[in-house]
Amino acid sequence: MNTMIKPKHQRLVLIVLALVALIGAGLLAAYALSKQAAYFYLPSELVAKPPEAGRAVRLGGMVEKGSIKTQADGVTINFIVKDDKARVPVRFSGITPDLFVEGSGVVAEGRMEGTTFVADNLLAKHDEKYVPREMKNMTSAEAKAVIAETK
Amino acid sequence: MIAELGLAVLWMAAALAVLQLVAGALSLRPATAHLAGVVRPVAILQGVLVACAFAALIWLFLSTDLSVKLVAENSHSAKPFIFKLAGTWGNHEGSMLMWVTIMSLAGGFVALIEKRLPENTLIATLAGQAFVSLGFYAFLLLASNPFERLPEPAPEGAGLNPLLQDIGLAFHPPTLYVGYVGLSIAFSFAVGALVTRDVGPAFARAMRPWVLGAWIFLTLGITAGSYWAYYTLGWGGWWFWDPVENASLMPWLAATALLHSCSVLAARNALRTWTVMLGVVAFSMSMVGTFLVRSGILTSVHAFAVDPTRGSFILALLAIYIGGALLLFGLRASTVTEGARFAVLSRESSLVFNNVMLCGILGIVLVGTLYPLLTEAMGVKVSVGPPYFNPVSAVFAIPMMMVMAVGPVLRWREDKGGRITWQVAVPALVSAVALLAVELLFAPNLLPALGLALAPGLAVASVQPLVGRNLRRTPLPIYGMVIGHLGIAVALFGMASEGAFSTERLAAMNPGDSQQVGPFKVALQDIGPVAGPNWTALEATVSASYAGGEPTVLHPQARTFANPPGNRTESALLTRWNGQLYAVLGEEGDDGRWQMRFWWKPFVPMIWYGGALVALGGLLALLGRVARDVKRLVAIDKIAYRRERQGR
Repeated sequence: MNTMIKPKHQRLVLIVLALVALIGAGLLAAYALSKQAAYFYLPSELVAKPPEAGRAVRLGGMVEKGSIKTQADGVTINFIVKDDKARVPVRFSGITPDLFVEGSGVVAEGRMEGTTFVADNLLAKHDEKYVPREMKNMTSAEAKAVIAETK
Repeated sequence: MIAELGLAVLWMAAALAVLQLVAGALSLRPATAHLAGVVRPVAILQGVLVACAFAALIWLFLSTDLSVKLVAENSHSAKPFIFKLAGTWGNHEGSMLMWVTIMSLAGGFVALIEKRLPENTLIATLAGQAFVSLGFYAFLLLASNPFERLPEPAPEGAGLNPLLQDIGLAFHPPTLYVGYVGLSIAFSFAVGALVTRDVGPAFARAMRPWVLGAWIFLTLGITAGSYWAYYTLGWGGWWFWDPVENASLMPWLAATALLHSCSVLAARNALRTWTVMLGVVAFSMSMVGTFLVRSGILTSVHAFAVDPTRGSFILALLAIYIGGALLLFGLRASTVTEGARFAVLSRESSLVFNNVMLCGILGIVLVGTLYPLLTEAMGVKVSVGPPYFNPVSAVFAIPMMMVMAVGPVLRWREDKGGRITWQVAVPALVSAVALLAVELLFAPNLLPALGLALAPGLAVASVQPLVGRNLRRTPLPIYGMVIGHLGIAVALFGMASEGAFSTERLAAMNPGDSQQVGPFKVALQDIGPVAGPNWTALEATVSASYAGGEPTVLHPQARTFANPPGNRTESALLTRWNGQLYAVLGEEGDDGRWQMRFWWKPFVPMIWYGGALVALGGLLALLGRVARDVKRLVAIDKIAYRRERQGR
């Protein structure tokens, strides 16, 4: 049996295959993005419209003064991230970034568990040249305060 | 004086690039064909001049000439020599000059040695290369002049970002740039072949060493970058799907596809249009990478430029090159004649399948990288991370690796399924047994389990092309393929093992305390200050003993830099044959205890050993190809010499 494809058809078959794969990749990407992209929330948005439990999101705001409490194990901290309208309790286990201090801006990556935001990772200012991307163009007034504090 | 000289030489090189483009384009018309003779020497001279300009900039950095703006902003007299040198390209302007230097040197090299292509295709290629270079010259001279003077010399330099003060900076950017720029040569070859309607095996053979070279450097650059991020960032991760990492991964994926389709074109004269298309895509991905990294659209240690005009400039270049090349491709694709035929079951088919899968992964990564930028433009901020990239790219990567195990044992043109029953059955059996064992013993998550199952089967399959061959007479490119594929299996095993078996311990410790991390018992002995050439640090002394054996001492540090001020954790690593212990020193708590973080990562170094093997495979293939070309040239010379003597 000759399984050779007719020459006229070969290019067509290849093009169709490539298109199918690429469109498949595109659809898959679109579907996965709608499920998996982590949205950025300000504390007031998080309180007003909390994301479903377990969904990865980012929370950005200011660390409330006097709110950082180290737990007995020495590595878990609880603190409050706030904006003008709302306060969200956050729990984080790990080594905090160097410039993570009270009264300064932070972006926490993690998920809601009950009413507490459990952070896997904290992004603070690394140095004067690095500010988390989300904090550069926040639109609301609270965000401007965050930037002012971070500068 | 040196700075002015450097700038003048750079302008001259740009002028030569104009000449190279104009003469090259005109020589394609019969009336002005005599201009062709100019193109090669001009390309070589252009390369030499840019190299001189780059040498001038290196000189300015080494002598810390603080009257030059770039040096004053990015260097410091008290910096160690190696970072003064590497600091030359540890900033926007310097890195763009390095890009142009490598590009022009590569163009000069093509002009010097390439003898296989028809002359007019080569001239068109060099004209294309000049066209690409010109955009970058314009960018350098108009928007990011590295030789700009300050009105008053600065009293002292501002220094280099502490994160960049690492030996990795000396190697990581040049390696990646050579890779990016090598793809620009492949792009120029594709353009040249389209212009002269001369797409065929000769074109593929001329392009292949450049694609191979670029691909080797990209592989090394990505591998080294991954290891660098792993040990300097102190997060214990080896890949973050950070846009900057993706920017280097996308050209690699395209180059991998191009490399394989190039082989089909060179050996079998099939996949003509497809190869040209991939040449355009691969360089487009380098440009997208440059745009993402250098435009300041992303905030990271890689983004030096925050000047928005620079971003628009690179975006304009991107549009001109990619748009122009796609237009040329669209106009000329139909004139590329049909290539040779092949059957559904053949090596060509398996390579086509893998090419399509690679493009699928490329699409997934591209969409995931650009999506946050697009939504941000619409006012919605999202971040896309491993939960998206890992499973979605695996949908394409897993079938690809399965076919990758079979492809090399298939015959060109047409094969029969019955012939390769054993070559398919053995790796499949190995993978099935591995999957069963992994599930019964450890029951990890789906993706690591699949990786642990696929890796040994792929490893067995990758050496199968050597079975039944005379090992001494096997050509080097075959060894290259075997080692490259084996490297993928090794790296996959490392990734899966890291994902499945890593253990982490985070603890607040007093000196004298100890912790269990996987098989290790780690004890904090002491914490004290140490000083380096331009930093001070707190250093912990940690002893770690594996399964009750002799303890080894580790010194994780938290470094503080003065110029510019900044902090960096310096993790400590203990490498064994079966994994790595990773130790990080954190902060001192209110109660005087120190935060310490440890990971035991079984077989994690396999990731980078695998990457190195892949690059080694590429190197062997390249050596084999070049050696054959040299032999051929010598033989041609001999024949010519003999004919000449007989003629007398």
